[in-house]
Amino acid sequence: MIALTHKPIEVQKVIQAATADAAGAVTTFIGTVRNQTAGKNVVRLEYEAYEPMAVSEIQKIIAQARERWALTGWAVEHRTGVLLPGEIAVVVSVSTPHRKDSFTACQYVIDQLKETVPIWKREFFDDGDQWVSAHP
Amino acid sequence: MNVKIKTFGISRDILGGREVAIDLSGTSVGDLRKQLNSQFPELIKLNSLFIAVNLEYASDEVLIQEKDEIALIPPVSGG
Repeated sequence: MIALTHKPIEVQKVIQAATADAAGAVTTFIGTVRNQTAGKNVVRLEYEAYEPMAVSEIQKIIAQARERWALTGWAVEHRTGVLLPGEIAVVVSVSTPHRKDSFTACQYVIDQLKETVPIWKREFFDDGDQWVSAHP
Repeated sequence: MNVKIKTFGISRDILGGREVAIDLSGTSVGDLRKQLNSQFPELIKLNSLFIAVNLEYASDEVLIQEKDEIALIPPVSGG
């Protein structure tokens, strides 16, 4: 399952989608909204995605992961729209026959997602806002 | 050639719309990049700017057709 959603992510559903009878391990990464950036209070975040390309880029990452590890299941769900501190922004879940691979593959998927998937985060502070990573 | 450019993140603030029409004088992604940089110099200050053609990251050599779906991809920050 690969999905973008405006609604709160149901973690259990993502895990369920990644689980398989051939799996001996399921690793799940949950990315949440932090309440501060460089000492400034974060009031809220807004995520936007170039949805069709985001889905196809996530598909590519999963395909790369499947070449490197024997994934028995996978699921990635990313939230869009307005999020408040503490809310879940992304869930990545992968399953493999043995635990070591599931940790490594899960980390690979979230690391790559942050590099290549066209999703943008705007941070709103008490006194302004910024698109994350836009400028040096 | 008239092309429509989808904009996201900070590139939407810089170009001033979700979809911006550009009268492209060249033919390639590199030509479009040059034209955008001179029309919207704020783009040059970004950490990076990729251009996607038909949902794929495109290098400067890629040729553009009028019907292509073109999008600006400023530094991504998902997760």
